[in-house]
Amino acid sequence: MELTVGPNQFFWKAEDWSALYDALAKAPVDRVVLGELVCSKRLPFYQDQILPALETLTAAGKQVALTSLALVTLKREIKATAALAEVGVEVEINDLTALAHLPEGAKFSVGPLVNVYNEGTLRWLAARGATRICLPPELPLASVATLARAGAEAGVEIEVWGHGRIPLAISGRCYHARLHGRIKDNCLFACEDDPDGLQVDTTDGQPFMSMNGVQTLSDSCASMAHQIEPLREAGVKALRLSPQSKGFAETCDLYRQRLNGAIDAATLAAELVRLSGGMRLSDGFLTGARGADWSGAAA
Amino acid sequence: MVMEIVCPAGTPAALRAAVKAGAHTIYCGFADETNARNFPGLNFSREEMADGVAFAHAKGAKVLVAINTYPRAGSESLWHAAVADAETAGADAVILADLGLLAYAANNHPNLRRHLSVQAAAANAEIINFYGEEFGVKRVVLPRVLSVPEIAAINKDTDIETEVFVFGGLCVMAEGRCSLSSYATGRSPNMNGVCSPASHVEYVEDQGALSAKLGGYTIHAVGADEPAPYPTLCKGCFSAGEKTAHLFEDPVSLNAEQLIPQLAKSGVTALKIEGRQRSRSYVAQVVKNFRAAVEAVDAGRPLPEGMLARLSEGQAVTTGAYKKTWR
Repeated sequence: MELTVGPNQFFWKAEDWSALYDALAKAPVDRVVLGELVCSKRLPFYQDQILPALETLTAAGKQVALTSLALVTLKREIKATAALAEVGVEVEINDLTALAHLPEGAKFSVGPLVNVYNEGTLRWLAARGATRICLPPELPLASVATLARAGAEAGVEIEVWGHGRIPLAISGRCYHARLHGRIKDNCLFACEDDPDGLQVDTTDGQPFMSMNGVQTLSDSCASMAHQIEPLREAGVKALRLSPQSKGFAETCDLYRQRLNGAIDAATLAAELVRLSGGMRLSDGFLTGARGADWSGAAA
Repeated sequence: MVMEIVCPAGTPAALRAAVKAGAHTIYCGFADETNARNFPGLNFSREEMADGVAFAHAKGAKVLVAINTYPRAGSESLWHAAVADAETAGADAVILADLGLLAYAANNHPNLRRHLSVQAAAANAEIINFYGEEFGVKRVVLPRVLSVPEIAAINKDTDIETEVFVFGGLCVMAEGRCSLSSYATGRSPNMNGVCSPASHVEYVEDQGALSAKLGGYTIHAVGADEPAPYPTLCKGCFSAGEKTAHLFEDPVSLNAEQLIPQLAKSGVTALKIEGRQRSRSYVAQVVKNFRAAVEAVDAGRPLPEGMLARLSEGQAVTTGAYKKTWR
């Protein structure tokens, strides 16, 4: 099974952003998707570092792809989306607007924020040139298995959300700005203070979600630590690991060890909790009654 | 031209009430997981759909059938059958969101008009035109993330008709791209046609406080004597940083009646009312008001006064993303 690193969902300082990709060049991952997924206002702060990062990763033998934005509404966002197709690197579409701009017959990959729930959609995307699809995180194992079979027939590799806070929603409204009494156009980049998102608790103190600008994520960190064998059996080609600010290169290394059989699920889970500074883990979308559930031992 | 009023019907009785109240168009769904209001006791059997369409057509109204959840892998035939049955019932169009289902409908039911559901969240002219070219989509229901000037800009760049929500429940997140509900309950709009389902709601009283919980998470807490709002996830009260508030959205509903003249100028074809779960008297009242409003706008008269005050009484309303400061 391969390891893909998904685009960083959060807003990091430019030097931290670049340091991530320098570290990933040495990490045991196969594929790296980068670029801005969540908010077009963040892009100018690190845009000029994308090409050097692509070069570093390519030189290190990694496959690379550039993500589209998850929600394209403004003129400048439409322009940026159109420009992706001209970079000459594989595009991962996370909003179908990006597909409208790809030249007919161009190969592309599909990210977890495009709704691929069934074989008909998978086959339609394959016919348009999709070669890899990272499925929406909310799909249960039965759907993943059915889609992996359909993918094998259609020449599409299937990837699933393997690790990281789960993207649950995207909005026109910026919640970080709202929290600070501002509007999106005058946000003053409040999201920069929360490199892993800002935890949202219920009023009785139960951690629930996290906010990241216009995006809402789970509070828990998804981990497929206990699901490697069923996913392999289902024919899943790759796990997607989503960047976090603490210990991410080590996280990648731990998943590689788990795939190689060097460590077991419980060891991986315990190490992940330690590295992240005590995050709760979840894998309930795949096998539980609800997304927030965790099939491993309670921490 | 008078803007088209597109009105919800959760039951055959609501459909008849809406037609009699002056709705140009009714939208409804089959009683199963193929539509995004899959609530117990709601929606139409095949026979009821055919009867409803016949009733509407006799009165000069149209019927749209929403088949706007995302078909489950391995079970697409249920959704395919819904498209075929909508055509058999005489529906004027189907409202679809899923790429695969759009392709299926375009290939197998080319003469059945296709609208793009809000659940597809098509938020700019390029993607809207793409749906038009690929699947022959004739109308798109715009997601509730756009301001009025942005809607006007979209209409300049596309020939595809646009329909916008003007009244009722308000999604804060881009529709069709939200799995908050399944994270907390295992059931979601995309997969099951439900959000914050009643099956997972409990009201818990403890030491003089009443908590409205969803999937075990407290969404609202009020004094034991106060009415607790329904625990819709994104309109709950939560804490982040130092602040405890309605961090995503207040418990408000959408009312864009005052924006109807601007929406008309922006080139919008149809105004949509949310609420297939609403009673027929509510639906009739809302339709009457909006019909009067679009007639007034078309005739160049001012909007009728105090249109929907009574229906929104006691509940806060918003114009949502139509005003840019909402963001």
